[in-house]
Amino acid sequence: MNKKVLMKGNEAFSEAAIRGGCRYYFGYPITPQNEIPEYMSHQLPKVGGHFIQAESELAAVYMAYGAGAAGGRVFITSSSPGIALMQEGFSFLCSAEVPTVCLTVSRCGPGIGGIQPGQADYLQATRGGGNGDYKIPVFAPENLQEGVDLVYEAMELSDELRNPIFIFADGLLGQMMEPVLLPESREVICPSNIRTQKPWALTGYGADDSQRNRVLSLRMYPEELEQHVEKLFKKYDKAEKELVRYEAIGVEDADVVIAAFGSVARIAKEAIEILAAQNIKAGLIRPISLWPYPYEAFDMITDKTKVVISAEMSMGQMMQDVKLGVRDRFPVRLINRTGGMIPTSIEIAERTKKILEETGGQ
Amino acid sequence: MTNTRFIDKLKRKIIVVGHYGSGKTEFSVSLAMLFASAKVQKHSNFNECAIVDLDIINPYFRSREMKEILEQHGVHVFGSAFNAEVTAELPALSANVRAPLENESCRVIIDTGGNDSGALPLNQFSKYFADDTTVLAVLNANRPGTSNIEGAIEHIKAIEQITNLQIAGIVNNTHMMQHTTAADIISGNAFCEKICKLTKKKLYFNCYPKTLINPSEITMLSGNLIPLGLCFHNKHKK
Repeated sequence: MNKKVLMKGNEAFSEAAIRGGCRYYFGYPITPQNEIPEYMSHQLPKVGGHFIQAESELAAVYMAYGAGAAGGRVFITSSSPGIALMQEGFSFLCSAEVPTVCLTVSRCGPGIGGIQPGQADYLQATRGGGNGDYKIPVFAPENLQEGVDLVYEAMELSDELRNPIFIFADGLLGQMMEPVLLPESREVICPSNIRTQKPWALTGYGADDSQRNRVLSLRMYPEELEQHVEKLFKKYDKAEKELVRYEAIGVEDADVVIAAFGSVARIAKEAIEILAAQNIKAGLIRPISLWPYPYEAFDMITDKTKVVISAEMSMGQMMQDVKLGVRDRFPVRLINRTGGMIPTSIEIAERTKKILEETGGQ
Repeated sequence: MTNTRFIDKLKRKIIVVGHYGSGKTEFSVSLAMLFASAKVQKHSNFNECAIVDLDIINPYFRSREMKEILEQHGVHVFGSAFNAEVTAELPALSANVRAPLENESCRVIIDTGGNDSGALPLNQFSKYFADDTTVLAVLNANRPGTSNIEGAIEHIKAIEQITNLQIAGIVNNTHMMQHTTAADIISGNAFCEKICKLTKKKLYFNCYPKTLINPSEITMLSGNLIPLGLCFHNKHKK
């Protein structure tokens, strides 16, 4: 039986990728995710995998494009400004339907910003900065175990969807240490089986030997491109129905409901305990999938609730989605810190109380 | 319990090395606090205590982050020259780190970065470590890289090789962060004993988080007990 080990977030996510079947990693150093390329550089070769330090993030995402198109199981990682540089490639990966798992260990911005944690890449992750109609499922863990499980699962899910999958872990999760239970290593697709398991991959000819496979993001005719985009959106529609994930705690009878993801959600959980000790019932909606966003979770909120709060380490990027979920049924307010400042549980509890008072709840 | 007379018998300069994430800084900070405490000072030949932070490979969880608290306890902190302890990624050290190394009346703890690569900056100060120096390696048997005998010995040897310094003893800091139990420390102690036997080193300390473990649960262990304050965990909780 597996035993829990004490790992740093970045190490744990890397090991989860390897155990999930990743054999190709491409990356470029950036804090706070530097332990990932370091870990992959010494661990991947031990299992017959390949690590390449790219000359830039743009190069890394296109190396992923190449290896993924050839049927390899690929993992790329970076942090906020580095992910910004990869945006063009994400659009190409989606268009060409090349599976890739991408992890961001986000820091604060804008610009070079700082190396402290941030969540101000919410829109970058969920809306993206690449061109054209494309979507990428995004999952945000709140602790290392969940991060390990999501990376492990994403390795398979990405192949199934033939689409990139994005894991959004902020710098707190990348740098903290927690005990984790690592999953068993998956059987890896050996190169000689790629033709049968991924008949679309660039292995020379398709599985039936009839014609050459092509992996394209260019379509020469508008009719063909329209048809292709519509096909992609059928896939996204299905993902939108099937990939919604969230955690809801004490929402039905709450005076106030806090929506928070990632590390802010775990801080909010402590804030909820502080509020409970003061006889204030606070509920939590924790989106695990940021796209598709769990809008339906907000339907559970009853008329007992006075206000919904979006708690974030950004200037309120997720609040737009919270408002879409709330549909004007309740006022929506923001509790936030930015610039690398991390809200404490006491701070969230006190600001929640103040908001409740202002909205007539207490 | 911690034998304060024993810790005062340690050499003036104490170098703390170890695997990445083993808890070197937590141990260094706690040891410095202990040195600076009145109880130890009373028996001490040193009238000052300092911590030199040589960690330039990771910009997080460094002892210079604890500067304010350490200074309040009478521990001088030397590290970055840039006063941007939390965010500076520059692999640069202040020239003033030499001051406590040269000051004969100052007890000094030299906290390094993780692994052999983190210990590398020790080399530029090697002339100070020719004498009156104890090198301690911190081990956490719950960390994947040092959870087996071969891995742990490989780490110790790699650090000795890159620094050309002889590690005198082992510090058992086997833990699971805030989930640490007495069983972790006891099994870690047995593990460290084996390492000590194979490498002919001495087990100097067993660390325990004072907010989680009652020392009476682990008094049977070889080596001195040293309480850790979980400084970083508590700092970020405030």
